[in-house]
Amino acid sequence: MPGSGKREAGRVLLEVKGLRVAVAGNEILKGVDLTIRDGEVHAIMGPNGSGKSTLAQVLAGHPAYAVLAGTAKYEGKDLLDMKPEERARAGLFLAFQYPVEIRGITNSYFLRSALNALRRERGEPELDPIDFLQVLEAKLRSIGWDDSMMNRPVNEGFSGGEKKRNEILQLAVLEPRLAILDETDSGLDIDALRTVAEAVNQLRNPKRAFLIVTHYQRLLNYITPDVVHVLADGRIVRSGGPELAQELEAKGYDWLRDGVMVS
Amino acid sequence: MAVEHLVGAYHAWASNGASNAPAWLKTLRDSGISRFSELGFPNMKQEAWRFTSVAPIAESSFELAKPASALPSLDAIAPFLLDDETSHRLVFVNGFFAPSLSLVSSDGVRVESLAQAVLDRPAIVQAHLCKYALSQDRPFCALNTAFVREGAFVHVPAKAVVQKPIQLLFLAVPGKTQQIVMHPRNLVLIEREARASVVETYAALESDVYWTNSVTEVVVGDGARVDYHRVQRESARAYHVAATQTHQGRDSTIHLHTVAFGGALSRHDIGTVLAGPGGTLILNGLYLLAGRQHADHHTTIDHAADHCESHEYFNGVLDGHSRGVFTGRIIVRPGAQKTDSKQTNNNLLLSSDAHADSQPQLEIYADDVKCTHGSTVGPLDPRALFYMRSRGIKEDQARRLLTYGFAAEILGRMEVAPLRAQLDRIVRDRLAAV
Repeated sequence: MPGSGKREAGRVLLEVKGLRVAVAGNEILKGVDLTIRDGEVHAIMGPNGSGKSTLAQVLAGHPAYAVLAGTAKYEGKDLLDMKPEERARAGLFLAFQYPVEIRGITNSYFLRSALNALRRERGEPELDPIDFLQVLEAKLRSIGWDDSMMNRPVNEGFSGGEKKRNEILQLAVLEPRLAILDETDSGLDIDALRTVAEAVNQLRNPKRAFLIVTHYQRLLNYITPDVVHVLADGRIVRSGGPELAQELEAKGYDWLRDGVMVS
Repeated sequence: MAVEHLVGAYHAWASNGASNAPAWLKTLRDSGISRFSELGFPNMKQEAWRFTSVAPIAESSFELAKPASALPSLDAIAPFLLDDETSHRLVFVNGFFAPSLSLVSSDGVRVESLAQAVLDRPAIVQAHLCKYALSQDRPFCALNTAFVREGAFVHVPAKAVVQKPIQLLFLAVPGKTQQIVMHPRNLVLIEREARASVVETYAALESDVYWTNSVTEVVVGDGARVDYHRVQRESARAYHVAATQTHQGRDSTIHLHTVAFGGALSRHDIGTVLAGPGGTLILNGLYLLAGRQHADHHTTIDHAADHCESHEYFNGVLDGHSRGVFTGRIIVRPGAQKTDSKQTNNNLLLSSDAHADSQPQLEIYADDVKCTHGSTVGPLDPRALFYMRSRGIKEDQARRLLTYGFAAEILGRMEVAPLRAQLDRIVRDRLAAV
């Protein structure tokens, strides 16, 4: 698999082989292979309906998707056998394309509950509201945001940009080892996109891998991936370096489909 | 059968214990009992009662409550109080004023028993009592009027500001020998540009069978604001029938909060009249039911003047075989232009045997208005469950948290912090058992 040479030697974090997935009886993923190593940033691009979001959701454990065949190993363990909460506790995080509104629960309370769930798993003491506030403020500072969203109910009445920022804030606080961003760029204007991308860049480190699902190349102007994959009709049809994203931007997706058909 | 029983009880009471009342009050009571005997108990063929049968009440025989043989201690009632956070407190036990448990100060604001107010200030009581909660087609209100004797009288004069909440606690201590009925009657007058906050609580120390039939009238003058909280924590075997009627003047504000936790069968009619232009009403309600509890909320928001806004939020959390009924009637009178009215009723079903009925009723007779309504009935949102689990929260905790949020959304609108904390604890305790 192409990628930057220095990371090639990294530990394999996620290994997906021959993954076939159906939702409501329709096969969406028709045999996906994907290997992500520690600290790598992978982008998955593809046209609408190619199965990008399905891949993101199934890796996070969404119950609506049925795995027909294949395997997914996360840190050597069978990911597909884990509950969504177990995956999260093992360090997997999904930034939702459509973050869900939760009435009556403040963002701050929700995030503390989630962080404490992870801390319990790691055998660390739970944080009380005051300790949590310190952790939160440090995180907010590190990505240059304020706490204006914290005392509002989770995602309720948030603008599209606020919802996406909130996902990235959760990512920052929960410190996953593998962060999946499901079309985090969709619906964002260029300023909001830049804000989100800058935060993601702040959160990149050798211990944290990213899988960035996107329809457009523009997010990748700000976040430079190590590997770009093209997903079409449920299969990865091309993988390459960042230049592949630019090629797609210039030519669209059709040429790839044709390529698949002739090959 | 029970109608005759109650009418008989009335006549015995009127000629004995209640015979020293002033003539105007006797007239009022007589009109109440005759209206009740004409109307009788409601039945499910009547539109306003199509989801709620009062047969368990009509078929029982309740005796008019007598003073408790011994008053509970202050410690015993502490769970229902707001610690040191109240300015005034009236405690009624079995419907009788208990001065030794109450906290009354004379600071220009009158907070006293209605019986006392009838003696001290008959003119103002006579001018307002039974002028807002009308008995015309409401048998329980008529019955309450027949037995009007005691309850709370609150009078906040013009421009007065009462910082801490005024608490009215109605405690049932019925004893084991007979089933009692209480008819508390409350009159709350908030004069022009005054501000106050009231907490009216119904509770019991034991899980007895009894019947509370209460009526509260709240009158809010021009430019005044009242935060009115009604907490129904009756015994799980009790019957609770109540009417709250508000009437508000120009540019006034009412935040009316109501929570129903208790009662085997409860029915709360909430009527509000926005009588002057520029009024604001928030009507914010929660019912949290389990077992075989049945709670029926029947709300009417009457936009009688222009440029008023009303925001109504009712959430129901229904477990076991419980049933929640919500009827939200909004009337926009001719000429009530620029009315802005929003209504939502969301019902969360925690069990497949729980049931909710939700019916909005909009009657709009003006053309330049904004009225929206929405209602939902269903289980927890699976998308929200997955969202929480994807953050590491276990499924059972995620369920509890989402359910809690449903209730917390309503409690969060209350501005009296110690009350909010008290109710929050009740909700958490109840959900721990889910």
